[in-house]
Amino acid sequence: MSHPTEPATPVVHPFTQPPDRRTLLEYWFGWVLLGLSTVALAVPIVGYLLSPLLRRKQEAWVKLGAVDDFPRGETRIKDFANPDRTKLDGVTGRTAVYVRRVGPNEDGDFQVFAVNCAHLGCPVSWFPQAGLFMCPCHGGVYYKDGKRASGPPPRDLFKYSHRVENGQLEIWAGHLPTMYDDLREPPQPQVGGKRS
Amino acid sequence: MNARLTTAGKWLESRLGLVALIRPLVQHPVPANLGWAYVFGSATMTLFALQIVTGVCLAMVYVPAPDQAYESLLELNATTLGGVLRAIHNTSASGMILMLLIHMSQVFLWGAYKYPREMTWLVGVVLFLLTFGLGFSGQVLRWDQTAYWSVGVGASMAGRVPVLGPYLVDLLVGSPNIGAHTLSRFFSLHVFILPGLLVLFLVLHLYLVLKHGVSAPPVPGKLDNPATYHEEYEKELAKGQPFFPEAAGKDLIFCGLTLLTVLAVALWTGPDGPGEPPDPTLIQSNPRPDWYFLPLFALLALSPPEYETFIILVLPVVAILVLVLLPFVSGSGERAPSRRPVAVLTVLVFFVAYAVLGWLGYKSPWSPVMDAWSSDPVPFHLLEKRTPLELQGAVVLQNKQCRNCHALDGIGGQRGPDLTDVGTRLTRDQLRDQVTLGGSNMKSGNMPAYGDQLNPAEIEALVSFLTKMRPKGQAPARTPVTPR
Repeated sequence: MSHPTEPATPVVHPFTQPPDRRTLLEYWFGWVLLGLSTVALAVPIVGYLLSPLLRRKQEAWVKLGAVDDFPRGETRIKDFANPDRTKLDGVTGRTAVYVRRVGPNEDGDFQVFAVNCAHLGCPVSWFPQAGLFMCPCHGGVYYKDGKRASGPPPRDLFKYSHRVENGQLEIWAGHLPTMYDDLREPPQPQVGGKRS
Repeated sequence: MNARLTTAGKWLESRLGLVALIRPLVQHPVPANLGWAYVFGSATMTLFALQIVTGVCLAMVYVPAPDQAYESLLELNATTLGGVLRAIHNTSASGMILMLLIHMSQVFLWGAYKYPREMTWLVGVVLFLLTFGLGFSGQVLRWDQTAYWSVGVGASMAGRVPVLGPYLVDLLVGSPNIGAHTLSRFFSLHVFILPGLLVLFLVLHLYLVLKHGVSAPPVPGKLDNPATYHEEYEKELAKGQPFFPEAAGKDLIFCGLTLLTVLAVALWTGPDGPGEPPDPTLIQSNPRPDWYFLPLFALLALSPPEYETFIILVLPVVAILVLVLLPFVSGSGERAPSRRPVAVLTVLVFFVAYAVLGWLGYKSPWSPVMDAWSSDPVPFHLLEKRTPLELQGAVVLQNKQCRNCHALDGIGGQRGPDLTDVGTRLTRDQLRDQVTLGGSNMKSGNMPAYGDQLNPAEIEALVSFLTKMRPKGQAPARTPVTPR
């Protein structure tokens, strides 16, 4: 054995003996066991990572206020607590929407829009004097009925399904709207409820 | 004493063997006269190390929960030197991106990605993507209004992927709405996943740099030929020197200067935010990304809607593909920038486009100026010697928020044309059509129609005012003679 301070030439082990049966068995059994245990553990880990896909959307009817709180022909901003909020959400557990009660000479009763611009999701501002929603990010503009007026948005503002129950305006809410995941319809519209 | 130290050192080395391990690495031979162009990789890595150190410090106070993250940032700012550390982390992030872009450009211009360093380049491309990922996720951790809406923008972009879009949004946001799962996801990405991957690929990158050696400075006319490359490179090394200590001086000086600059800028600018609280019900928000994403921000505003999904989804893939294929398409041949005009032009065009788009993103002329209508008065000279009807028109112009998109005397929104001399461009009839019908009236133009929003008297007043909007002595616009 060489002294540690002197650089030793690495000893090349000949490894001439073929592995015996027991060694081979241990080797292959080891691989199989490790593989199985990896798969067994991958199920909860990958499942956890993909859980946002598996989770059921907690959508629900949310109350926005008494119908009489919304003057005819005006658009008001309202916010509500997300149906799926957690204790950790803090201020982000709320969502703002624009509620437009249509004018006396128009069809329908209410229109409820997501504040998210249909372009890339920035919050649009309502300008009652101009009758326009304007987006601060890329300049998307919408008319008071949510129709695209100008700028890059590919579509009109996202619109919530709504109904009036016992004099209360309610919307079907629950998730952030994006291009292929628009605000959804409630599963079974209740009899007697009004829908846009 | 000296002898004892030597003995102790020998004992340590006999047990650790670290000198034997590291000496050949730091003393790897490099070609002579590398010059200052070779320092940017070291600088990028140095700033990454600074990011780790400052990031670990920030994590001691930061709380990655949406109900407390904002307060924890305020607490950090109030903590002794906490604000300074936040500023250093932020400045160093910018510096890292800058150094990375310069390093990549240098490697590209010097042809250093060519044979046999293709894999070094590819690993570098991965490091580039990881660094920008760290940039975006870091911005989200600055959990203010801008961060909140940035996640929304990111989700909206992911949401444009056909079929898979909604699933990608769910994975990115972590819950149906931006909330508790969102911030902690980005925290995990920013603090564990991306830095972990970055360290892994950085080690691979450095290993490859050592394995293939530092590329010799390119000589015009001297081709990179795989058949003779290694022989040539050995000759270069024979004339060369060990990296440490001979060639390391420039790297040490530049890294030192970089660190000092980061510190100086950080002390000068202070911590970035947090801005307004991340309350999604406060919609008077004007979210802007950090500077290195402003060009993308501008591109998304300026691209025509019909190409936009292509620009969001396909263009980045094409860009990454170009970077990946580069060393395989032009993996040998001429290396000197003086003999590769297309390469030089590419880098030039990239930086000019990046700077111009970044500047546009910063100015955002396409965005309405939300408070122009109430904060910028009509210039006095535009109101002199006007009839009562025209003055009424000026009031309509202000009240209907025309100023949010149209400037007067250059003050106001830039989205539409400045109206100071609109009377020389449009006739009374054209103005009336433009106001009532908007852009749909004209072949070009993007203006909303105001027909519903203005009564006939207001339109008349507004149009009367606008027709008088022309510099002294300039004739009003006239209807073309050719019949329409």
